[in-house]
Amino acid sequence: MTQIPEKPATVVVMDADAIRKAIRRIAHEIIEQNSDVSRLVLAGIPTRGVEVARRLVDHIASVEGVRPEMGVVDVSMHRDDLATRKRFTALEETQLPFDLEGRTLVLVDDVLYTGRSCRAAMDAVASFGRPDRIQLAVLVDRGHRELPIRPDYVGRNVPTERTEKIRVRFENSDNVPDSVQVVKP
Amino acid sequence: MTTPVTWTRKDLVALDALSSDEITLLLDTAKAFKGVGQRTLKKVPALRGKTLVNFFVEPSTRTRTSFELAAHRLSADVVNIAATASSLQKGETLKDTALNLQALLADIIVLRHSSAGAAQFLAERLQASVINAGDGSHEHPTQGLLDVFTMRERFGDLAGLKVAIVGDILFSRVARSNVHALVKLGADVTLVGPTTLVPRSLESLGAKVTHRIDDVLESAQVINLLRIQHERQRKEYFPSLGEYTSLFGLTKARAARIRPDCLVMHPGPINRGVEIDSDVADGPNNVILEQVTNGLAVRMAVLYLCAGNAGAAV
Repeated sequence: MTQIPEKPATVVVMDADAIRKAIRRIAHEIIEQNSDVSRLVLAGIPTRGVEVARRLVDHIASVEGVRPEMGVVDVSMHRDDLATRKRFTALEETQLPFDLEGRTLVLVDDVLYTGRSCRAAMDAVASFGRPDRIQLAVLVDRGHRELPIRPDYVGRNVPTERTEKIRVRFENSDNVPDSVQVVKP
Repeated sequence: MTTPVTWTRKDLVALDALSSDEITLLLDTAKAFKGVGQRTLKKVPALRGKTLVNFFVEPSTRTRTSFELAAHRLSADVVNIAATASSLQKGETLKDTALNLQALLADIIVLRHSSAGAAQFLAERLQASVINAGDGSHEHPTQGLLDVFTMRERFGDLAGLKVAIVGDILFSRVARSNVHALVKLGADVTLVGPTTLVPRSLESLGAKVTHRIDDVLESAQVINLLRIQHERQRKEYFPSLGEYTSLFGLTKARAARIRPDCLVMHPGPINRGVEIDSDVADGPNNVILEQVTNGLAVRMAVLYLCAGNAGAAV
């Protein structure tokens, strides 16, 4: 009799409510750290970092009455692991259609892991201009850093094994309720 | 959520072999790379450490330069080899030359060759990525992609787009690549030219055929004029250049009848006064220089996607 392989176990570590609260808290922390919201730029790292950035911008705008500018930073062409990558999907277009000089740019991603995406994002930003400061906001920090990179704003620290995966889902892009799951091998 | 399309090829030999999803992925990737040209620092490190060999066994200026610049923008190292300066002149076979290039740790070989199938021949034998920069009358995939990219940028979805390709279709690798890509993306393609250069048999590519340019002037949203290739032409295909111009050239009088939003395209180099009047070539409908700019983005996308799937160098 053939054995049906077991489905990998998933554990929901953040539901929609927890994600909403975490994003709201990060938005307030960003406001606290940056007195002049009009000089602020939030840049999401595709794909789901863009959605997190969008929600942060909405929260900041509703609290401050000023909408920070928002951009997108695709890191694919700045990564250093081209030869070992297994999947090549379409790149997103980097969009930073404003002068970065004298601004504070908050890079936003859904999951912080090795730090390589963040390094690549900083390289990408550098080819557009020179912001005064770059900060990093992430919904989930799963550890296992390979570079000296530390987030300034964290939704939740989720300790993981390297063999596990973190799966972030958003209703408006994935057609399932918002959630952060740990997928065990 | 639909599964994103992935690129798994190490070579780009022909658009005929690609699915519409793969073509769309290339075009989407090119769109992202076009943005690199608008940055303060027009360079990304994606192919740092990779070596690209431009191996041109046929003369070319713009395609070779475009590939070279695309590679530089991706931080790759570039070596240019022209056939006249290569060992092919001494009797070395194409395969041996290419194996030697690979032994020099070339990761990507961009090949232009006068024989159809040359790029496929090398792609099957080398671990390096092989990019076809034109093989005889077969295909010129990056030219086809940049033409389609230019149309897509202007019109968005290409489904139903009325495209006329005018001129020497029979000998044109550009036309063949264009037709394959456009048909796969749902465009309505009409091939126009004299019966000797646009035989009815080309309908098998999925395009319509007409021998009167008047049939397409008012309806075409894109008119892509092909260069009359003096180097491939023999006298018997049409009596004279003057006759060709009078029957198929985009003259000032004909240009007055095209749609205001019609794109006039040409792969270059232009024979002014033959395929197109000088005034029309410099007129408001022409996107010929845009095509050149888009060619850079398309070639960056091709190099980026294929290099990631190349085998280890020898």
